[in-house]
Amino acid sequence: MSLDLPLIWAGLIATGVLLYVLLDGFDLGVGILFPFSRSREDRDVMMNTVAPVWDGNETWLVLGGGGLLAAFPLAYSIVMPAFYLPVILMLAGLILRGVAFEFRFRGRARGRPFWTAMFAFGSILAAFAQGLILGGFIQGVEVVDGRFAGGTFDWFTPYTLLVAAGLVCGYALLGATWLMWKTTDDLHGDARRWALISGVLTALFLVGVSLSTLVVHPIVAGRWGWTGGGLDMGRFLTLSWIPLLGLVGLVLVGAGVRRASHGLPFVGAALVFLSGYSGLAAGFFPYVVPYAVDFRQGAAPDNALGLMLVGAVVILPLILAYTGWVYWVFRGKVTPEAGYH
Amino acid sequence: MSAVEYDPLLLSRLQFAFTIAFHILFPAFTIGLAAFLAVLEGLWLATKREAFKTLYLFWVKIFAISFGMGVVSGIVLSYQFGTNWSEFIRLTGGVIGPLLAYEVLTAFFLEASFLGVMLFGWKKVGPRLHFLATVLVAVGTTISAFWILSANSWMQTPAGYEVLADGRIVATSFMEAIFNPSFPSRMAHMLIAAFLTTALVVGGASAYQLLRNRDQAESRLALTMAVGLIAVLAPIQVLVGHESGLVAKDHQPQKLAAIEAYWETRANHPLILFAIPDRASQSNHFELALPGGGVLVAPADEVVTGLDAFAPEDQPPVFLVFWSFRIMVGLGVLMLALGLWGAWLVWRRRLVGSRAFMRFAVAMGPAGFVAVIAGWVVTEVGRQPWVVQGLVRTADAVSPVTAGSVATSLLIYVTVYAIVFVAGAIYILRLLAEGPVAGAAEPRPDGQRAPGTPLAAAPEETPGDPQ
Repeated sequence: MSLDLPLIWAGLIATGVLLYVLLDGFDLGVGILFPFSRSREDRDVMMNTVAPVWDGNETWLVLGGGGLLAAFPLAYSIVMPAFYLPVILMLAGLILRGVAFEFRFRGRARGRPFWTAMFAFGSILAAFAQGLILGGFIQGVEVVDGRFAGGTFDWFTPYTLLVAAGLVCGYALLGATWLMWKTTDDLHGDARRWALISGVLTALFLVGVSLSTLVVHPIVAGRWGWTGGGLDMGRFLTLSWIPLLGLVGLVLVGAGVRRASHGLPFVGAALVFLSGYSGLAAGFFPYVVPYAVDFRQGAAPDNALGLMLVGAVVILPLILAYTGWVYWVFRGKVTPEAGYH
Repeated sequence: MSAVEYDPLLLSRLQFAFTIAFHILFPAFTIGLAAFLAVLEGLWLATKREAFKTLYLFWVKIFAISFGMGVVSGIVLSYQFGTNWSEFIRLTGGVIGPLLAYEVLTAFFLEASFLGVMLFGWKKVGPRLHFLATVLVAVGTTISAFWILSANSWMQTPAGYEVLADGRIVATSFMEAIFNPSFPSRMAHMLIAAFLTTALVVGGASAYQLLRNRDQAESRLALTMAVGLIAVLAPIQVLVGHESGLVAKDHQPQKLAAIEAYWETRANHPLILFAIPDRASQSNHFELALPGGGVLVAPADEVVTGLDAFAPEDQPPVFLVFWSFRIMVGLGVLMLALGLWGAWLVWRRRLVGSRAFMRFAVAMGPAGFVAVIAGWVVTEVGRQPWVVQGLVRTADAVSPVTAGSVATSLLIYVTVYAIVFVAGAIYILRLLAEGPVAGAAEPRPDGQRAPGTPLAAAPEETPGDPQ
């Protein structure tokens, strides 16, 4: 039996990136919501809900980047130069917010407010830059002779700005619902309000981005059965579970917010992201560099993919197990008395 | 090649040198510090001596700051391969890629996940589980060093590969690629360097405390531990470093020739102590040499390749390599002296009595960082003009991006790193100035320990960290 290694790796990396978006999404979201918090105590609690896990969450981004490098070096060597500046901005944002976790608790009169601001700024910057990369991805990358051949600012269009704004709202929704799950009392009430606002905005952006994608990219539109002004119902219906899933997610968020519940809104927000992600996958497959390099052309040699698969099969379940354990250790509500620092 | 095409290369090299030099400071410190913390916590669990706990709680704060800075500056590197060196990855990704992927799978997740428990899990898990988390973080840092040094060594001494018709390089044997000729000695050299760097910082910080208050028990203990480690490791490092040099002689003769500033290929070289190597004239100015001293490099009758065996465009920047090597070795000799002096004082039970020694230890506190950077310059600049020795030139590895983009990113990195570095240095130095304070971190009664954890019903024994 021979394994289709490039296909398996495309699936593994897609799963890794999805986990990144869900996990780092909520902790970036907490940073995005920082400016709306009432007090220093609230901000301490907000940060403490993610402090023990953010580093692990962000490692999925390293797996996404490193995995793309290792499994699809050709794709990696095209995508990174194509999104040069947004990648740098994302990294700058991640640095500023990453060190803020420790620095904010070490800073004094001037340091503390500065790192509070940097935590928010870095989170927003990283989320926005990721949105620009995502939007640029959907637009497609110009490739000649296996190398990036587009312009420096190809990723900067009204469409990518729309996607970026949408992603910031989406992460805020994940962050707000996470906070509903992890906090109590007044902060829980604030989180509920944030979840409502960011939920409504996310829904609007989802519709806006979906519709403009159909206009901006005919290939994606074709995937969804939209060709030359007519709708192929057969195609659309096979994919219709994807928008339905998103709708279910939004309903769960809405119901959870209405009843001021704890875990339910986060589940709903995760479903919204799963729906958006599946929608993208359906539009992209089989491209790793849209619409120029598919996952077979971009793949590393089979011996490299095979070697890594052995490691992934053995180690990824372990990683998932101990990551789960860490979340279990830090389960439950976080209160001002947690005293992590 | 026009100047406009050349700019992104130079800027990308500057950017890579800047970002990796910044990054390497933190792993060089945290690899050793994680192991030190594991030893402290283990000793505390075994002996129940409070001093070990106090030291652990003190150094773990410094670890948290340093590790965070290492993590964020490391993410930059894993993306920079693509943003600035995409041709390098396109050509060698089939070999380098799996090594980096294994680093993520076997090390990064382990470190990142258990770091959370190590820093914030005091009251959530029992002491043994907490100790396990510390040990796993330490193990993770070492595994990480294994893979990244393997990848770096492959770039120095590639093995187990073949070049395809389209120029891409694929592995024929991953065993040979991972355990390439320069890997064992480089791994040993870097790990010992990391432990020495940590020992020098711990020793320097402890000596600083003792200069102010010679009865500070925790600092005495830490200084003794640090001195013991330096006394053992500094001599070993000299031998391992020498072995590393011999590997270079066999596999990267241009690097060895640059290290020693040998322009001629011949036997019976002198040992050049001082010189201003000049590539333009292909010779040394103001040379001060020890005749016959070349036996340190090779037996007197062995012909050693000089830089004349390479066309000028194939020679590394000799001046930089020659002097970085001498800075590294000079600091190594001082470390040796510190270790021997300290060991003698410990033996005579006069360690805290010698203020001169204590001042020397404080001055040597940052020496490990300087030596690590100098050594990194020797190994990386000595490989030039190749990014993969003999296979891919640095000039052919750069991304198709504009000079404007790279200048912008370099400016962003310099700004962000300056802010982060200054703040981090201030917070770390502030903590070092405070020093370990016994009883500063006594457990606080609270109900935070989750039900179902091993010691849920047991009385609080693990300390909290209120602030």
